[in-house]
Amino acid sequence: MSKLTLTTEGDTHVLVTRRFAAPPQAVYCAHTESELIQKWLLGPEGWTMPVCISEARPGGKIRYEWTNGKGGAFHLTGEYLELEPYRRIVHVERMYLPAPTPDNHVETTFDADGDGTLMTIRMTLPDAQTRAAMLATGMERGMEASYRRLEGMI
Amino acid sequence: MDGLDAAFAALADPTRRAILARLAKGEATVTELAGPFRMTQPAISQHLKVLEDAGLVNSRVEGTKRPRRIAKGGIETMGKWLAMLRNALQQNYERLDTVLASMEQQKEGEKR
Repeated sequence: MSKLTLTTEGDTHVLVTRRFAAPPQAVYCAHTESELIQKWLLGPEGWTMPVCISEARPGGKIRYEWTNGKGGAFHLTGEYLELEPYRRIVHVERMYLPAPTPDNHVETTFDADGDGTLMTIRMTLPDAQTRAAMLATGMERGMEASYRRLEGMI
Repeated sequence: MDGLDAAFAALADPTRRAILARLAKGEATVTELAGPFRMTQPAISQHLKVLEDAGLVNSRVEGTKRPRRIAKGGIETMGKWLAMLRNALQQNYERLDTVLASMEQQKEGEKR
């Protein structure tokens, strides 16, 4: 069962789609309410998000901080640009590795799909090089676990 | 992991992606590649060098010709990496499935 797609479009876009067995309202809230975000946006096993600021209004701030409890830490900041409740979120975000990465412009839409929701994330990076770097270093912070597994494979 | 950085950087260029797409159909010489791309041979050679350095293309010698072809290993490494990214995202979304299920349950509970 592969419900997730991850593809590139043109030189600067990355598209992610995923279906959920819940109505758009629930999926939208799980992306905007900090107490819900903290439960799932965690990356590999063992990571938690002790700080989650999500001011879901145009101009509102986003700040996510992750830790693996063993000295590993990572954070992301961003701003909300547009919010159409239960249907669409537009925001920008940047990761700190520790230097900030160029802004990733992200449009997330939630479309009713039968009993569930089809979510589409369309990311726009400033240029092809930035997208390449993002894909090569991992879109998610804290991908060390996957990274190590891959190093073992190649 | 330098190989992966180089591979993704090499693919950041549309001409190089087109060259790779052409080579996916079978090997080709610089002359054969230069035709359809309306580029000079040195320009094509330059792009091929980037692809070769990134481990995505290699060549063999056939008399005076050096046909280029897709380097399977490099492509497979990239494929594995993208699969890994997909898995990491999938892990997050499987957790979200659980969160959504418990939200539904809570709502049901409130109705009663």
